[in-house]
Amino acid sequence: MTDAGRDGKTLAGLSRRTILGAGAALVVLGRPSAAQATPESMAAALKQFTQGGSVQEGRVRLDLPPLVENGNSVPVTIAVDSPMTEADHVRRIALFNQKNPQPEVVRFTLGPRAGRAAVSTRIRLADTQTVIAVAELSDGSFWSARADVIVTLAACVES
Amino acid sequence: MAARVLVNVPPTAKRGEVVEIKALIAHPMETGYRVGPEGQMLPRDIITRFSCTYGGVEVFSADLFPALTANPYLAFTTLAVETGDLVFNWEGDNGFLQTHTARLTVA
Repeated sequence: MTDAGRDGKTLAGLSRRTILGAGAALVVLGRPSAAQATPESMAAALKQFTQGGSVQEGRVRLDLPPLVENGNSVPVTIAVDSPMTEADHVRRIALFNQKNPQPEVVRFTLGPRAGRAAVSTRIRLADTQTVIAVAELSDGSFWSARADVIVTLAACVES
Repeated sequence: MAARVLVNVPPTAKRGEVVEIKALIAHPMETGYRVGPEGQMLPRDIITRFSCTYGGVEVFSADLFPALTANPYLAFTTLAVETGDLVFNWEGDNGFLQTHTARLTVA
């Protein structure tokens, strides 16, 4: 018999394996690619937060474990060196990252009633990356701190 | 459906003391970037805003993004000024709204 299907060849002369392989490739390529923040988009988000104001290093302490086993839950503490009085206090604190789908992580609004400029939370990290905390003081100046984090198991972005 | 809330406020404080407050709420914080079992994208479902008022004045608030963990945890501080209610508010996608009240007695 000269049945195309039986000797493993189709009419077009392609082997079954080739066609199956192409199908698998299509499935892989056809998946929606996950959005990812880049250092550029983080800079853009930072600029939106500061409204173009210049950011200086210092006064902010960003506590993050340097090596994270599970990116689904990373404890973060941000503290700002500020007396927290009516005349001199922290207005806002924002946290940014480079490689999650979105550059923004969280934004806090504080005031003199906070007593102390220290906040803690838990965040997700999709990859080994740099995290930046920026604080806006009542005099309009911006201060920042950055931390490099190595993530072993990334937060599930894709599945 | 009300979400479970765990809030830690000391019951009493001295006037002028800095009080630490911890707030945790049960919520999946679905990012909107994950793929479900049938290959479809799971729609975003997160808490977008948290606020805390003390005696009617907002003392702390936060804008949340998908990068916060499921069951978001927030810890912050406030000055104990007078005996009053601390009202915690969580707002989110799909009309999510949850309120919790805790009383702080100032000696």
